[in-house]
Amino acid sequence: MKTQVVLDVAPLPESSFGSRTLTWWGTIAFMSLEGMGFALAVGAYLYLRVLQPAWPMNEPLPGLLPGTIVTIILLLSAIPNYFLEHWARAYDLRKVRLGLVVMSLLGIAPLIARVFEFPALRVRWDTDAYGSIVWFLLALHTTHLITDVGDTIVLSVLMFTRHGKNPRRFSDTSDNAFYWDFVILSWLPIYFVLYWLPRFG
Amino acid sequence: MSAAPKVLRDTDIGDLELEDRLRALWRTPRGLMGWLSSVDHKEIGVRYIVTAFCFLALAGGSAVIMRLQLATPDAHVVGPDKYDQLFTMHGSTMMFLFAVPIMQAFAIYLVPLMVGTREIAFPRLNAFSYWMYLFGGVFLWFCFFSNNGPDVGWFSYTPLALTQYNVGHRADFWAQMITYTEVAGLAVAVQTIVTIFKLRAPGMSLDRIPIFVWGSLVTAFMVVFAMPAVMVASTMLILDRLVNTHFYDVSLGGDNLLFQHLFWFFGHPEVYIIFLPATGFVSAIIPTFARRPIFGQTAVVLSLIATAIMSFGLWVHHMFVTGLPRLGESFFTASSMAIAVPSGIQIFCWIATLWTGRPRFATPLLFVLGFIFNFVIGGLTGVMVASVPIDTQVHDTYFVVAHFHYVLIGGAVFPLVAAIYYWFPKVTGRMMSEALGRWNFWIAFIGFNVAFFPMHILGLEGMPRRVYTYSADMPWGGLNLLSTIGATIFFISFLLLAFNMARSSVRGTVAGNNPWDGESLEWATSSPPPPQNFTRIPVVTSGSPLWENRKTFPTVTGLRADRKEVLVSTLTEAEPDLREPSPDPSIWPLLAAIAIGITFLWSVYTPWAVIYGAVPITVTLVGWFWPKGTKEDES
Repeated sequence: MKTQVVLDVAPLPESSFGSRTLTWWGTIAFMSLEGMGFALAVGAYLYLRVLQPAWPMNEPLPGLLPGTIVTIILLLSAIPNYFLEHWARAYDLRKVRLGLVVMSLLGIAPLIARVFEFPALRVRWDTDAYGSIVWFLLALHTTHLITDVGDTIVLSVLMFTRHGKNPRRFSDTSDNAFYWDFVILSWLPIYFVLYWLPRFG
Repeated sequence: MSAAPKVLRDTDIGDLELEDRLRALWRTPRGLMGWLSSVDHKEIGVRYIVTAFCFLALAGGSAVIMRLQLATPDAHVVGPDKYDQLFTMHGSTMMFLFAVPIMQAFAIYLVPLMVGTREIAFPRLNAFSYWMYLFGGVFLWFCFFSNNGPDVGWFSYTPLALTQYNVGHRADFWAQMITYTEVAGLAVAVQTIVTIFKLRAPGMSLDRIPIFVWGSLVTAFMVVFAMPAVMVASTMLILDRLVNTHFYDVSLGGDNLLFQHLFWFFGHPEVYIIFLPATGFVSAIIPTFARRPIFGQTAVVLSLIATAIMSFGLWVHHMFVTGLPRLGESFFTASSMAIAVPSGIQIFCWIATLWTGRPRFATPLLFVLGFIFNFVIGGLTGVMVASVPIDTQVHDTYFVVAHFHYVLIGGAVFPLVAAIYYWFPKVTGRMMSEALGRWNFWIAFIGFNVAFFPMHILGLEGMPRRVYTYSADMPWGGLNLLSTIGATIFFISFLLLAFNMARSSVRGTVAGNNPWDGESLEWATSSPPPPQNFTRIPVVTSGSPLWENRKTFPTVTGLRADRKEVLVSTLTEAEPDLREPSPDPSIWPLLAAIAIGITFLWSVYTPWAVIYGAVPITVTLVGWFWPKGTKEDES
């Protein structure tokens, strides 16, 4: 069959940001499936809770301090994360490097607080179903946190090499910041369920 | 930014040189290392299909052994323990290692061709998904052949699957197989969604997307929202077994029905994850052989979407005998019956297409007609078991076995075989034998019905599922023997299919680009397609592009000819928007799959494996993503 050229795409750009790119949509899809996992885990928590006359079953209420510190750090991290996204879109390499280092540190900080959060649950995973589900939720979010902090650190290192000048790496930085917003947002309902729901009876 | 370096575009060279250059760019490197590093969606798709058929052979063989055991009362072909492993392996393999992967495999191969692009989105993730799937399947069957196959049914209910009733690691192996295959399935779903959203040829607006592609898109969304449920269920199961959590331990606040809810929240959409791509095959095949565009395209697409949404509201009908509140049961009865409506709309649209077309009864269409006949029977018994009183009566009997085999084989395997006959020429460049194809159809159709129809009656006569034998004083012997004869005939039809494929791939008539006069873009390129799929990206001007443009085909120019590049388009109107590089072949996805696979396996024996395994997993993932200095990396 003969072909006839009807469209010239040479003037199109080779990289962009946000919903124009493949990676952004891939990130959205992964957020959806991970979000579904979180929603189901929270659903399992509520299901087990409904079956029990008392919740926590035979334990004290979980300690609020470490979890609240994690929440505050995560919420505060949204501010530099916002600027990092902005700088990436402006192709400002110097500020992006700074922003990524700050975000790596702000990723590690809640992980340090998390170390104290598990004991603050005041129950072991093998004590009863309450212990199992609270450890499950916290471990799920910790895995999520570690994964994105690892990604941020690798990207930070990358931006200090010659590869950092590639426009696509700025797009990657933007997507990484976008994903961090999801890390923050997905924590808030888990924080509420773990620490406040038992206090409401 | 520095000044742009000199680039070579398709406008700078002639057609022949362009073709040569693109072939060289997109070709998988030769040798073992090249084979292991391939990211070509067509090669990965074919590997998936071949692997899924190997698992089909193993699961089909298990079914034949079970049927031989049940052919006569008090038989001793296998004992109860082996029988338990066989039906667990049969169900698990068919659902997790054959049905879902084969449907995704067809999407991996066909979707990029049908939307007119050169590669699937995230091709390295695609390669990774295949290795994960392969390792998960091989791992499960290795366990079986070492007499450690899971023996608790394909849905591995608790408390049977907990340690007090299942010592050793059999149920752990089942749970980890789930993790491997669901990671693979989720990865493919993400790739499929992004490919369909962003890599469509210019002009392929939403209303011009082929229905098979719509089916793949809807299915991929279902995978994204359904598969996490089984991962949560199986992870909690393995945690209960290995680190003494109590999610399903009633004595310490757990609940067995939690497992059932989570499992069936995945399990019922799973049926439609298998069925909807099959309806996509049917909607692709019928217009070609009716020689007219599909009747009611919008209605068919909306039916696909409606089915997907409704399928998430049916899961409790698998749990009618667990003592749930009556109001809940009534709701799920209504929703289970309501889902027949969109399926019915699709069937009426297919019939209308055939009725108003000029049908050619080639082998693919015969299998499609067989599908309509068998699936309607499965659908009708589905409406029956949606009713609580009937379900209570026939629950865990052979009536249910008959029902879901009519739905799954009738509804998915018949269209799958039709799809093999239909697209085999595209994949291999050669036609399959029509004469053998007709024999294949009639043997399969008769064998299937003889095997499974008697099971309805056996179920109504009270024969329970999952019994390894029955005594001679039960009135089930005759129908069981008949069923076994049918199963053997049905098995032979697959041997004939395999023979036809093997023979035709060598001796079949050369197919040409479009042997069936199909309407969609995969038929616009050569058979088999070149590594770059299309030397010039097509421009789509209608829902039947090959029928609308029979003399000259509109195409795009301006893409680079010195690196692998795909054209990214806008979501709804598919207007060209970006030119993004496509990744080179890489060994890292395989290494990452090995690291993750070993960690999963090791974690069955110690939870510390997750900590130790994190090191090689991190190394391989960094190796995967770190730029290698190629033109594709350094745009």
